[in-house]
Amino acid sequence: MLVLLIVLPLALAALSLVIPAYQGRSWILPVGGGLHLALTLAVLTGHVAPSGLSWIAADALGRLVLLAVSLLFFLCALYAVPYLRFHREDRGNRIIVPCLLVFLSAMTLATLARHLGLLWLGVETTTVSSAPLIYYNRNRLSIEATWKYLLICSVGIALAMLGILFVAYSALHGGAPVSLQLDDLLREAPYCSRPWLHAGFVFLLVGFGTKMGLAPLHTWKPDAYGEAPALVGALLAGGLTSVAFLGILRGVQIMGAAGDLAVARQALLAMGLLSLLLAAVSVIRQPDVKRLLAYSSVENMGILAVGVGIGGVAAFGAMFHLLNNALTKGGLFLSVGNIQRAYSSKHISEVRGALSRVPVSAALFLAGFLAISGSPPFGPFLSEFTIVRGTFLAGHYVVGAVFLLLLVTVFIGMGGTVLPMTQGEPSAELADSGYRDTLLPVLPPLLLLGCVLLLGLYLPPKLRDLFHRAADLVEVAR
Amino acid sequence: MLEVNNILLLLVILINFFTLGSARLGACIRAVALQGAILSLLPLTVHGLNAHSLVLSGGAFVLKGVFIPWLLFRAIREVRIRREVEPRIGFVPTMILGALTTAGSFIFAGYLPLATEHQGTLFIPTALATLFTGFLLLITRRKAITQVLGYLMLENGIFVFAVLLSTAMPLMVEAGVLLDLMVAIFVMGIVLNQINREFATLNTERLSALKE
Amino acid sequence: MITGILSHIVLLLLFSPLLLGVIGKTKALFAGRCGAPLLQPYFDLRKLFGKGFVFSETTTWVFLAGPILAAAVPLLAALLIPFGALAAPVSFSGDLILFVYLFGLARFFTAASALDTGSSFEGMGAAREVTFACLVEPTVLFVFIVLARLSGSLSLGGMFGSTLAASWLSGGPALGLVLVCLFVVLLAENSRIPFDDPNTHLELTMIHEVMVLDHSGPAFGMILYGSAMKLFVLGALLVRLALPWQTGSALLDGLLFIAGMLLLAVMIGAVESTMARLRLVRIPQLLIGTTLIALFAMVLVLR
Repeated sequence: MLVLLIVLPLALAALSLVIPAYQGRSWILPVGGGLHLALTLAVLTGHVAPSGLSWIAADALGRLVLLAVSLLFFLCALYAVPYLRFHREDRGNRIIVPCLLVFLSAMTLATLARHLGLLWLGVETTTVSSAPLIYYNRNRLSIEATWKYLLICSVGIALAMLGILFVAYSALHGGAPVSLQLDDLLREAPYCSRPWLHAGFVFLLVGFGTKMGLAPLHTWKPDAYGEAPALVGALLAGGLTSVAFLGILRGVQIMGAAGDLAVARQALLAMGLLSLLLAAVSVIRQPDVKRLLAYSSVENMGILAVGVGIGGVAAFGAMFHLLNNALTKGGLFLSVGNIQRAYSSKHISEVRGALSRVPVSAALFLAGFLAISGSPPFGPFLSEFTIVRGTFLAGHYVVGAVFLLLLVTVFIGMGGTVLPMTQGEPSAELADSGYRDTLLPVLPPLLLLGCVLLLGLYLPPKLRDLFHRAADLVEVAR
Repeated sequence: MLEVNNILLLLVILINFFTLGSARLGACIRAVALQGAILSLLPLTVHGLNAHSLVLSGGAFVLKGVFIPWLLFRAIREVRIRREVEPRIGFVPTMILGALTTAGSFIFAGYLPLATEHQGTLFIPTALATLFTGFLLLITRRKAITQVLGYLMLENGIFVFAVLLSTAMPLMVEAGVLLDLMVAIFVMGIVLNQINREFATLNTERLSALKE
Repeated sequence: MITGILSHIVLLLLFSPLLLGVIGKTKALFAGRCGAPLLQPYFDLRKLFGKGFVFSETTTWVFLAGPILAAAVPLLAALLIPFGALAAPVSFSGDLILFVYLFGLARFFTAASALDTGSSFEGMGAAREVTFACLVEPTVLFVFIVLARLSGSLSLGGMFGSTLAASWLSGGPALGLVLVCLFVVLLAENSRIPFDDPNTHLELTMIHEVMVLDHSGPAFGMILYGSAMKLFVLGALLVRLALPWQTGSALLDGLLFIAGMLLLAVMIGAVESTMARLRLVRIPQLLIGTTLIALFAMVLVLR
């Protein structure tokens, strides 16, 4: 059954290559996404027996990321149908549809993998399958963004492979049986050679941190998110970052089992704070709204890293924030996509008064901005508050203060770009592509931000339980 | 067996030096392909002739030695100028840096805590040296194709290290890794071709429009 | 000792022009020509030594010192190295420095005699030659360090002596690299392709040839003989390194040595026929690359 989660999108991708009808190909996306979501919910509610394979299993961390990825993909796939219809003439969907499905399959593989090699395989496949997605617009800037993304992420993933090999060598050197199965590693971790294990963790952190977008490895993010289509940006910001974070968390699990959790936490805390700092500096006066969202993504990755780096209650907050970030980023990118379509531009000098021209999308964008900056009553407020509470409870007063200060800075910086774009009146000289809000492009971001609002008001106990179990996995040396 | 290993690994390091000093794109591609082909013999000499190492060796040889260079040559088929421009720090300083990092790898490997059967062998130094050379190529060269070759050399260096741990990696995963590498090069080749079509050059200095 | 010295000098004087003849014949064969006869260099030398001297009025004694040293230095240097398995007649600890700097002395006076003529072409050639020689020297020193470390001796006779076969077994890869480096040094020091074209007629493309442009008659004969002897001496190092064995009898060793030298000449001819001279900016890069390979061989041996 779990294997079906991975194989189904691949089969649909193959199917989409042979379907001649354009609309048919487009509709495969939401159909596939819907089936995937249904299967995911079946896995989460326990209706699926564990598969006999030792390589694939869904533990609490895997389930959380799978939920985020699957839900996000389904809603983005719904958005893709009108988007692809609009681009039927100039860009087509022969490449984007199979690539999106392979992307989904690769992310699923990475979340379900119990063997580090399979995890690596999944993440590397996401790099390869998402490069054509970023290049969808086929102009000079897209080529540049795709090239940087491809090279930086490929090198990062290669370093992650080196990290995995170091971890295996630590077992070899320590005299333990050499295996890359996560369960074996967790069991044998106390016997592994410490220098090699630490080196392996550092390389895993650097490698998967590149995919995740932690500073100082985030340099590809503004370019890639800025030039990719909105729905690709949503998937990258919400799905891929969560999967890459899962890779880092597997490394943290191994370090925890070896008894060196403090080292791992310090590294994550340092990189998290650096990401927050860099994001805070870069969002101020950022004229390009998609690059702004990219820096916001860097900020949220920093928040996740700080959460796990502090541990305790903050780790619970980080798990909650993972889901929040995925959904909110999805809503933000999709609504920005609509605004960009209405104005044929994403630059602040060319977009004004969006609330008049595309009221629903602009309202959703505004709501998303409030959500991602952490204002109540949205979900991220609760998750960030939990992280701050955990920080102060653990006695890290300075870190907590710096964290709060940087969050406020990001809020102000982002507001400086978002508010002028949405408020005011669109003057006559701004381009008007004639696009107005219709149901299908608006429904996915509406649903996504609705979920975020719901999470802020009422956290279902099952989800709370999932977050607790996921946090426990990275907490104790188990 | 030990002597064959040493000769193979030394050839790999010599190819590193050659690629650092060479300015001809075709020669660089062939050199990295040769390096991949030489490395594909390593599983056989290290782990002997069993099914696992035979399949790995054969697959690596076909992919690294034949397919990937073919993909790269196809990618630059429309490129007029097959020469590299002067690297950011010049050819001679790059070569000297490469020699320094190679010497550094040898010295550093002497201090690493290695399993007893790997101490004194050339595996770890060669892996580290190839890794550094790949990084040097990636960082200092301006043409996009040489950056891809730097990435390939990086992967070659990791492959040397992975050969030591062949028992830990099941064949499926290793096959998947090689296949992924090929697909990655395939996608890079396509993007290279598009870069050449759009900018009429592979010089990545032209890819600097996106700023803060 | 006297017999050693005599045998070395006789071998050197007799066979060095033959090397030039073999190189020329190999190049002709590659080009599909019949080529000059194998003994042509001997005839050339006889012709040149039969002529009279012609000196320019602007030159001084330095002008003649160049050819004289060019002929004398290889004779002296040959006494320091073994020819194949025939031991070196003169051997003392540290004689490798003397070896390198004897050739340096000869090069200095060749360049000085070129500058002495006051011609701009010759000055240009002298500048190039001296630059390339600077870049070759570290390679030679690293090579000697590798050999000294492997054999445990600081004299050329000891380094290339009977311990060479054992050194190959213990430091095989490093010695392989050293062999390649020595071959490149041979080509560079003797102004062969890919560093210099000995057959070019254009002064702008000459490096070594242009330095000796103004010599004629016996002076030119001395230069020709000297370059042949230099090729023989440096080649002897290479041949000894490649063929480290010794049979008991001196005659057999000598024959093996001569055969190795002729094979080396064929190889040089093959390289000359298949490559073109490198662009001037690439020559320093190649020489530095060779230095780095020699450095790498040294690191291999010292670890």
